[in-house]
Amino acid sequence: MNEKAPILELQDVRFRWPGRVVFEMSVPDFSVAPGETVLLLGESGSGKSTLLSLICGTVLAQAGRVSVAGTALDELSGGKRDRFRGEHVGVVFQQFNLLPFGSVLENIRLPLRFAPERRARVADEAQEAARLCNALGLPEAVLGSRAAALSVGQQQRVAVARALIGQPPILLADEPTSALDEESQSAFLDLMFKQVRASGATLLMVSHDPRLSTRFDRVVRMSDIAHVERQAA
Amino acid sequence: MILRLAIASLFARALTVGMTVLAIGLSVMLFLGVEKVRTGAKASFADTISGTDLIVGARSGSVQLLLYSVFRIGNATNNVTWQSYQDIAAWPEVEWIVPISLGDSHRQFRVMGTTPAFFERYKYRRDRGLSVADGVLMDDLFDAVIGADVANALGYRVDDPIVVAHGLASFLHHDDQPFRVAGILEKTGTPVDRTVIVSLAAIEAIHVDWKSGARAPGAGTPEEVIRQMDLTPNAITAALVGVESPIQIFGLQRAINEYSEEPLLAILPGVALQELWAIVGVAETALLAVSAMVVVTALIGMMATIFSSLNERRREMAIFRAMGARPRVIVAMLVLEAVLTAALGGALGLGLLYFGLIVAQPIVDSAFGLWLPIEAPALRELWVLIGVIVAGAVVSLVPALRAYRLSLADGMMVRT
Ligand SMILES: Nc1ncnc2c1ncn2[C@@H]1O[C@H](COP(=O)(O)OP(=O)(O)O)[C@@H](O)[C@H]1O
Ligand SMILES: [Mg+2]
Repeated sequence: MNEKAPILELQDVRFRWPGRVVFEMSVPDFSVAPGETVLLLGESGSGKSTLLSLICGTVLAQAGRVSVAGTALDELSGGKRDRFRGEHVGVVFQQFNLLPFGSVLENIRLPLRFAPERRARVADEAQEAARLCNALGLPEAVLGSRAAALSVGQQQRVAVARALIGQPPILLADEPTSALDEESQSAFLDLMFKQVRASGATLLMVSHDPRLSTRFDRVVRMSDIAHVERQAA
Repeated sequence: MILRLAIASLFARALTVGMTVLAIGLSVMLFLGVEKVRTGAKASFADTISGTDLIVGARSGSVQLLLYSVFRIGNATNNVTWQSYQDIAAWPEVEWIVPISLGDSHRQFRVMGTTPAFFERYKYRRDRGLSVADGVLMDDLFDAVIGADVANALGYRVDDPIVVAHGLASFLHHDDQPFRVAGILEKTGTPVDRTVIVSLAAIEAIHVDWKSGARAPGAGTPEEVIRQMDLTPNAITAALVGVESPIQIFGLQRAINEYSEEPLLAILPGVALQELWAIVGVAETALLAVSAMVVVTALIGMMATIFSSLNERRREMAIFRAMGARPRVIVAMLVLEAVLTAALGGALGLGLLYFGLIVAQPIVDSAFGLWLPIEAPALRELWVLIGVIVAGAVVSLVPALRAYRLSLADGMMVRT
C-alpha cells in the first residue's frame, strides 16, 4: 500500500444525530497517516465521541466520505461494516471497557471472535494475551480473574491489550485516561505508546486535556477540523 | 466462548434470573400437574368398568344408564322385567350376564343386589377384578359384602350387623331384616368402594313386607318364613353383559334395542364413558387453560425482566458492538438468554412435579381413589417443555428487537 495514502480520511462529512436535540457536525477534511499518533482535543460535548463512532462505522454520515484503510464505510453493508470494524479497529473507552462477568482472558480474546483475520495472526491466544498483559505491566495471574475484580487502572490496560490483540491497524481511544489519577495516567500512556509503536498501529486518541499533547506526533483541535451546530429544538 | 459469556452474564444477574426461573418453574409444574391429574382422572374414569361388553337397562339416555348402573348416581326411571332378563340371558351371543338391582341404601351408601357372578365379571383398570380384603363373599341370604370406603366410613368389620333401608331416603329403615357383613372388598378406586352388595334374593327379602312403597300393616314376616319364600325378583334395574365374540357386540346391541317385549337400551360402556367424559371433562380442560395462562404470565414476566435489564446492559452490548459484533449477535444473545432461562425453568418445573408427585401420590390415592402414575416424562411432557422454551424465545424477541434498535441508535458510545 502507498505509504502516503491516509489510513483514516473524512471528507465533506456531515452528520446529525436523530432526535429532538439538534447536534449537527460537519468535517470538511481530516486525515491521519498510517502509523501516526494523533491527539484530538476538544471540550466535552464538542462531538469527539461522535467522530469516533463515524470512524468505527457504528453510525453513518448523512453526506461525505469516511474511509478507513482505503475502504469507504458507506459502501459496506451493515454486517460487513461491523466485521470490518472488528478486523481493523481496536477501541478503548473512557471506562467500563470490560464485560465485568467475564475473565480478563475472555475479555482480551473477545474481538478475535468477530475478526477471523485478526484471529489468524495470533498463534496462541492465551499466550498472546499473557504477553500483552506482561508488556502492559499486568501480573500474569490477572488473566484468570474476573474483570470486575480489577482496579480501574488495570481495567484500562486490559482494554488496551484487547484493542491490540491480533494487530489491528487502527487504535481509537476515547479519553482513556480521564478515569485515572495523574500518576497512573502517565504510566498508562507510557505503556500504551510502547505497545502501539511496537505493533505499528495508528493511534487516534481524543481528550479534553491538553497536557497530554507532548507524546503525540500531531495534535488537532476539534474546532480546527469540525464545525458543530447545536440547538435545543 | 460467546455462549460461556452469555451464561456468565446470566449468573451475574443470578437473583433476578433466579426469580424468573422460579416463576417459570412453578408455572410449568402447575401446568404439568394439572395435565397429570387430568389424564389420571380421565384414565381412572375410563377404567371404572372394563371387560363388560354391554350394559342393558330400561330405555333412557345412555349417560343416564351408565350413571346409575356403574356410578350409582341418579335412579332408573324404569326396570327391566325378569322375563326379559331371562330371555336375553338365553340368547346364544350372550356369554355371561350379571343382573343388578338398585334402589335401596344403607346410610349414605347405595345397596346393590346382584349374583355372585358379579365378583367374577366386574373388572376395572383393564383386567383387575374384585377381591375380598377381609372375610368372604356372601353365601347366606342376609350376607352383605361392602366396599372399602363403606367399611372405612362406617367403621365396619366382618360380622358386624347392618340394616338396609328401602328407598334412598334414610328415614325409612328395614329394621326387621338385619344383614351381616360377610366380607370387605379391596379398595378399587371405583364406585364399588361405596357400594353395599347383597344377593338379588336379599333385595326381594327386604321388600317382602312392602307393597307399592308403603309398609304393609301388621307384624313383619319372621325371618324363617322369608327364608322359605320364593325370592325370585320380578324385575331388575340393569344387567352387565359379556358376548361370546367381540364381533357380536353391535348385533346384540341392536337386537336388545329393538327388543319387542319391552323398551330396552343397551350401551357400550366405553362409548358411554367417553360421552360422559365429554361433559365432565370440560371443567378440567378449563383448568388446563387457566394453568396454561399462568405459564404465559410467567413468560411475560421474563420478557419484562429482560426489558428492564436492557438499560443496565447497554454498556455490555456497546462493548460487543465495538468488538465487531453485528446487532443480530445482540439479538441472539438475548434470545439465547431467554431460552436458557425458560429451559432452566422448565427443568425446575419438571423436578418440582416429580417431587410433588412423590409426596402427593399416596394422599391423592387415598383421598380421591385417583392413582397418579410416576413415570418418566412422556413425549407429551417433553412437548410442553419444548413449547415453553420456544415461547420463551418468541417472547424475548420483543426486548431483543428493542436492543437491536438501541444498539444501532447508540452508536458505539453509550450516553450515560
Ligand atoms: N447516541 C446519541 N443519540 C443522539 N444524540 C447523541 C448521541 N450521542 C451523542 N449525541 C449528541 O452529540 C453531542 C456530542 O456528544 P459527544 O460526541 O459524545 O461529545 P464528546 O465526546 O466530545 O463529549 C451530545 O451533546 C449529544 O447531543
Ligand atoms: Mg465523549
